[in-house]
Amino acid sequence: MIRLDNLTKVFDTPKGAVVAADHINMEVPRGEICILLGPSGCGKTTTLKMINRIIRATSGKVFLDGEDTTGMNTQDLRRSIGYVIQQIGLFPNMTIEENITVVPRLLGWDRTAYKKRARELMDMIAMDAEAFLKRYPSELSGGQQQRIGVARALAADPPVMLMDEPFGAIDPINRAVIQDEFLKMQAELKKTIMFVSHDIDEAIKMGDRIAIFREGKLVQYSAPDDLLSAPRNGFVESFLGEDRALKRLNLVKVREVFSDEMGSVKPDDTLETALSRIDDFGYQNAILMVNDRGEPAGMITRSVARTTRGYCRDHYQTAPPVAQLDDDLRKVASLMFANDTTWLPCVDARGRVCGHITQRAMTHHLGSRYRSRPEDSAPLRSQPETKE
Amino acid sequence: MPIRSLKSAGRWVLAILLFAAGVWAQRSGVIEDFLYYLPDVRYLAVQHLFLTAMSGSLAIAIAVPLGIVLSRPSMARFAESLMQVLNVGTTIPTLAVLALSMSFLGIGTVPAVFGLTVATLLPITRNTYVGLKGVSPALMEAAAGLGMSPAQRLFRVELPNALYVIFAGIRTALAINVGTVPLAFLIGAGGLGELIFTGIDLYDTVMMLAGAIPTALLAVIVDALVATIAFLVVPRGVNPSRA
Repeated sequence: MIRLDNLTKVFDTPKGAVVAADHINMEVPRGEICILLGPSGCGKTTTLKMINRIIRATSGKVFLDGEDTTGMNTQDLRRSIGYVIQQIGLFPNMTIEENITVVPRLLGWDRTAYKKRARELMDMIAMDAEAFLKRYPSELSGGQQQRIGVARALAADPPVMLMDEPFGAIDPINRAVIQDEFLKMQAELKKTIMFVSHDIDEAIKMGDRIAIFREGKLVQYSAPDDLLSAPRNGFVESFLGEDRALKRLNLVKVREVFSDEMGSVKPDDTLETALSRIDDFGYQNAILMVNDRGEPAGMITRSVARTTRGYCRDHYQTAPPVAQLDDDLRKVASLMFANDTTWLPCVDARGRVCGHITQRAMTHHLGSRYRSRPEDSAPLRSQPETKE
Repeated sequence: MPIRSLKSAGRWVLAILLFAAGVWAQRSGVIEDFLYYLPDVRYLAVQHLFLTAMSGSLAIAIAVPLGIVLSRPSMARFAESLMQVLNVGTTIPTLAVLALSMSFLGIGTVPAVFGLTVATLLPITRNTYVGLKGVSPALMEAAAGLGMSPAQRLFRVELPNALYVIFAGIRTALAINVGTVPLAFLIGAGGLGELIFTGIDLYDTVMMLAGAIPTALLAVIVDALVATIAFLVVPRGVNPSRA
């Protein structure tokens, strides 16, 4: 847990005193990622760096796990906090192994212990220990270097991590990969993390909570979904952007929106059965055909079912793309737009159909947060609509 | 292919020229004249190297710590002006420095070592200072953030990363030092300058060359030696010659 109590920094500049952080009060619960977000010069980095005293606080206190850090020795404090910076800062004179084991060696671990730890860390960041431990940072790509940077911060298993735009200098494709890897690691490690970013999408993706800063003040501190659905003032609203409702798509999983009530047919059903099911479920255009293993096999359209006699297995069209239960709605929306459809079948991890998700259900789910009238927020029975 | 044949042709031409030069030297008796000075050259070269070793190691012992101290953040206010003073110091010709030290310390080895040390100091101090200042702020922040004490930062991060630049300074300084030692003869410290200056005075070319050629060779050898040490000592990750 990290708690900041009236943390303040005043810089003396030739033009007079500048308040870089103004009485910041906030608390990051144990095991959560808190993103400090805001335009440059808003005080987010200053706030972060006051926690490990890279910048000395003018006043205020920092509590880690309920303990006041004011009296702690600076070196001891820093060794108990993982620290990742945007420029990565791997020591070029040291091998990867020496880089990763800097903190364990400072803490006086014995040789076998830190060598073993280096291998564990390489496994954790999914890099080959044999291939990389003896190499030097200059021989690695930017993405690999930043993975090592994260591993170095995690080396002594600190409960708290501070990350200053850790993925800012990495190209977008690698950044997304590293973010995903990091989230996967975090799911197991449950570190308490404070993370500076200027990228709203990164904040929504990574953060359990987001703190918006402006001119040294903490403007809003809330969960990403609350932030996007209820920005406190005009500044936050404009900072989040006009497409903030779309950004919420990232936060919702198919699991939360899909409906398991759906009609389907088997390859051995007759087209007559298919037609009656299309009518029973009130579908406009088509019904999904599911094979014996429960996987989506094709589509039977209404027009075929009405005009032809025979079995479904002889008259189906190709199956539509599917949504996984753990996909986010952004991906689903993208699939719908790309395939000109308003619904998708949902499949579980084994690829079996378990329901469907409709555009209507999605917009309703997102919209319900904005509406205050109770009749609108009542759950709506969603239906597959059309498929061409 | 054409480049390779050109190279081997060049090698042949060189070999033939060397052979011709050897034949000429033998016939004109220059080699015999040289051999006449060989015991002198041996004795004076040792003296020469002693002067270089003394003044060089003294200069390193003073200049590296001085550069480190100047590069500390607490010294930032004075560092640049002090470096300027040292810069002005180098514009004073070494001969003048030797003359000045002679007027305070008399003649012999002591004033020579003193003068040479002063002349060697600056390139090493400057490179140490610049090398340490050039360590990226990101590295320093990472080192501090991971919990290194100021001394650990200096020895584990700053110095290893500045070492290549520091060695470049030492290399330059020592090469200049070897080339300057002959002047020490003028204040009675000996060295290969004895053959050079006496040779000039007597208009004895062979004698002069018997001093000058070994001096040049010593400079090359010392330079190669320092380069080898740098190659071995500077960590591989920050050593451009081992990349």
